Amino acid sequence: MTSFRGTSPESPSLAGLRKNSSRPRDVFNIIMTGLSVLCVVITLIPLVLVLAFVTIQGAGSITPALFTELPPPPGLEGGGIANAIIGTLIVVAIATLISVPFGVMAAVYLSEFSKDGQVARWVRFFTNVLSGVPSIISGVFVYALLVRTGLTGYSAVAGGVALAVLMLPTIIRTTDEALNIIPQEIRWASIGVGASRYQTVLQIVLPAAIPSILTGVTLAIARAAGETAPLIFTALFSSFWPNGILQPIATLSVLVYNFAIVPFEPQQELAWAGSLILVLLVLLTSIIARVVTRQKTY
Amino acid sequence: MVEQVAAQTNQTKTSTVFKIEDCDIYYGSYKAVRDVSMEIPPNQITSFIGPSGCGKSTILRCLNRLNDLIEIFHLTGKILYHGQNLYDSDIDPVEVRRRIGMVFQRPNPFPKTIYDNIAYGPRINGFKGDTDEMDALVERSLKRAVLWDEVKDKLQESGFSLSGGQQQRLCIARAVAVDPEVVLMDEPCSALDPISTLKIEELMMELREKYTIVIVTHNMQQATRVADKTAFFNAVPTESGGKVGYLAEFNDTQEIFGNPKETATRDYVTGRFG
Ligand SMILES: Nc1ncnc2c1ncn2[C@@H]1O[C@H](COP(=O)(O)OP(=O)(O)O)[C@@H](O)[C@H]1O
Ligand SMILES: [Mg+2]
Repeated sequence: MTSFRGTSPESPSLAGLRKNSSRPRDVFNIIMTGLSVLCVVITLIPLVLVLAFVTIQGAGSITPALFTELPPPPGLEGGGIANAIIGTLIVVAIATLISVPFGVMAAVYLSEFSKDGQVARWVRFFTNVLSGVPSIISGVFVYALLVRTGLTGYSAVAGGVALAVLMLPTIIRTTDEALNIIPQEIRWASIGVGASRYQTVLQIVLPAAIPSILTGVTLAIARAAGETAPLIFTALFSSFWPNGILQPIATLSVLVYNFAIVPFEPQQELAWAGSLILVLLVLLTSIIARVVTRQKTY
Repeated sequence: MVEQVAAQTNQTKTSTVFKIEDCDIYYGSYKAVRDVSMEIPPNQITSFIGPSGCGKSTILRCLNRLNDLIEIFHLTGKILYHGQNLYDSDIDPVEVRRRIGMVFQRPNPFPKTIYDNIAYGPRINGFKGDTDEMDALVERSLKRAVLWDEVKDKLQESGFSLSGGQQQRLCIARAVAVDPEVVLMDEPCSALDPISTLKIEELMMELREKYTIVIVTHNMQQATRVADKTAFFNAVPTESGGKVGYLAEFNDTQEIFGNPKETATRDYVTGRFG
């Protein structure tokens, strides 16, 4: 019989297997873990505070009237912000109707037809630049383009166009990425049964990418819905019910901006309520985006 | 124009489906395959074997102009399909691909229902019939791919719900649904388990009655089991440091495996390299 050596846990060669939290490497590990937990907490504090503050301040003013009535004249009690809620929905709808077709088609060109040429590279570059442009710039641009020229004047349409400019880069980029994720083999399979390029894109590639595209669109909507700067001098504001898309229109974000800085308490309360509803709207769209993403095939 | 070409080819239907003449194939300036000439007979199974990277897939994709999708691809020489050069400038590649179908290495059903996976091809090719006729076409195609009994109760489920072997047979059904004359298969069994592989092989034997089949395979037993003719491709180093593929030997499968003329073929089929 040969004797076995080194099998007892106490034998020197195996002692190193045991946990030993005083080794430098383990100490470093513990410290770094602690540091990152700390950073997470610090990051979360302002986020939680903002949400909590808005909820506490706004929740008290949530009444049925909020959703059915117009804001009161300065100094008077009561009233609601129904016109701004509707206005935000209208302006965002206009922006979506403009930006989604253009954005999706542009992305289809980039991903399916451009063959990674020079044009596509420049378009992608400028899309990225555009997504970093401060939102007020898009407001100024549309002000000069539609408001000053009198084409639409201050109106829901002008506001919608300003938001569409902001939404475009997000939609182009997410759609471009969504299309790129679709495996090449599926396109080949479709071409292989005798489909043309555009039949393949319209009937196979785009449908497969729809969940990811919708996610991008919803994220773009969520961002646009909260924008104030591009709306201040395009959609302007109105204390009355929306009156056609070629008239100035109230929106939640501009209402918050206007009412938060006036010295009247009822207006300030409406501003808080408006903030809360805006936050909830954004939250809701983000949740929808999440749910839609789960339907992904690829 | 396409119809004219079709009429011509129908009249001149030859005993050779493909005649490849002096083909050099390039990706950009890189010559992937040199000087291939061969004839592929109708209603037989022709297999392409050879080491990885010798250009089997490249040549296969030339037969239905799928390589057109690769921008840097180009070809010199002729690929005659019933005497008509597929690379003539007045040939419509879309119509070529309808007549010459393809099954890929990895099963790649469309992200659609089983039914629509089959119906897609006929629809985009201008299928005129009503729903009943489409139902019949779907059933016929699935039966031809010996998949009908397994899926007839779940035609509205996603193609992805099937097993890998079933997905591959779905892809075969999809290819035959547009009534091609030729079915090209690029290593159709390499992602499948042995039982699914046997099923696909049986299926190929049946399809041979109606279609001309060209199959790339890495599995030499598979070639001996199914192929009537076998082409052995090899790759040799070039002066510039790359390598280029060429057709080393093409003959009846029994000859290639039993009595190879070339040493390279003998080495390959006896497993000495590859
Ligand atoms: N799309 C492509 N672009 C550039 N080179 C390619 C492409 N496809 C294949 N090749 C090259 O062509 C040669 C043959 O490839 P392939 O036909 O795939 O060989 P096989 O199928 O025999 O393994 C390889 O050197 C490969 O790198
Ligand atoms: Mg290959």
